[in-house]
Amino acid sequence: MTAANRYSTTAIALHWLVALLIFATFPLGLYMVDLPLSPDKLKLYSYHKWIGVSVFLLVAIRLGWRLTHTPPPLPNDIAAWQRRASSVAHGLLYLLMVAIPVSGWLMSSAKGFQTVWFGVLPLPDLVEKNRELGDLLATAHQVLNYSLAALVTLHVAAALKHHFVERRPFLQRMGLGRKERT
Amino acid sequence: MKLAAFILMSVLASPAAHAVEYTTVLPKQSRVDFEFRQMGVPVKGGFKRFTTQMAFDPAKPEAARATIEIDLASIDAGSREADDESAGKLWFNRSLYPKATFVSSEVRALGANRFELRGTLTLKGKSRDLNIPVSYTPGKNASTFDGSFVLKRLDFGIGEGMWADVATVANEVQVKFRIAATGK
Repeated sequence: MTAANRYSTTAIALHWLVALLIFATFPLGLYMVDLPLSPDKLKLYSYHKWIGVSVFLLVAIRLGWRLTHTPPPLPNDIAAWQRRASSVAHGLLYLLMVAIPVSGWLMSSAKGFQTVWFGVLPLPDLVEKNRELGDLLATAHQVLNYSLAALVTLHVAAALKHHFVERRPFLQRMGLGRKERT
Repeated sequence: MKLAAFILMSVLASPAAHAVEYTTVLPKQSRVDFEFRQMGVPVKGGFKRFTTQMAFDPAKPEAARATIEIDLASIDAGSREADDESAGKLWFNRSLYPKATFVSSEVRALGANRFELRGTLTLKGKSRDLNIPVSYTPGKNASTFDGSFVLKRLDFGIGEGMWADVATVANEVQVKFRIAATGK
């Protein structure tokens, strides 16, 4: 596989770092919401928010990188509908990776708990404390997250299908496995 | 000469004419709020119901007295979850100690409409002496008394057991109050 069939090392590193953080903070979010109030719950909420802000910043960098670097082309024989689907799915993934942390940030403000990144850097409260708005944003945060979970499942399934079922060196595009062409 | 005497008398009389003893508290314009840090994040709260009794003549602060009784069930601790939690044994133990009371013992004038209010705060069966700076703002209809102090929650056993960890919920609670009152 030539270099052109592989994302840049920066893109690959950002992809996996963001993936790791999402795979940590998504189950954390699911787990923490139903806990009875305790110091541990408060800690977990803070960690969840810190990771969310980190994802937001990394995704901002990723978007900047993505807009200034051409990704490796898909193999020529990938069907046109799959190309379109892939392009839409990737657009939606980026959209959700921005919308989810933003919805969490706004929800925190609406619920009256400012987000302070790593307990050091306070994010401004863009909305006033408001119970109804807080509940609405909590629902939005949840719906967006389940949408992301569905989309990530599709994303992973598609990559695995191209790689293992169609036997293309697909995972190498994102730095998995050997670099050279099979 | 008569005019001079009249002016002199007016000047001498004026403080007396302004001397008011504040005895009627206006609950709707009065507030008791607090702020504390939770995981390093400031959280605001307050109490909606409290009764204040006071007698205060700015010209005779040494004769002043004040008592405040706070209904702990009227708390806004930042969230519904925290409101409910605060009633429990580890926090206020509200079924046993439903109220917080402050009773003044001494008021001293500090000058420039500032006073020092000394007294005892009783919370969850524990009493501690407090020394609260209060500023007095005369108003046309009602005058206001603003005070603030730092309460250390662990002095009163507020947040025991797992909640005693001050890295999660800070020990220091900034309490702010404004009492609006009229008098005659």
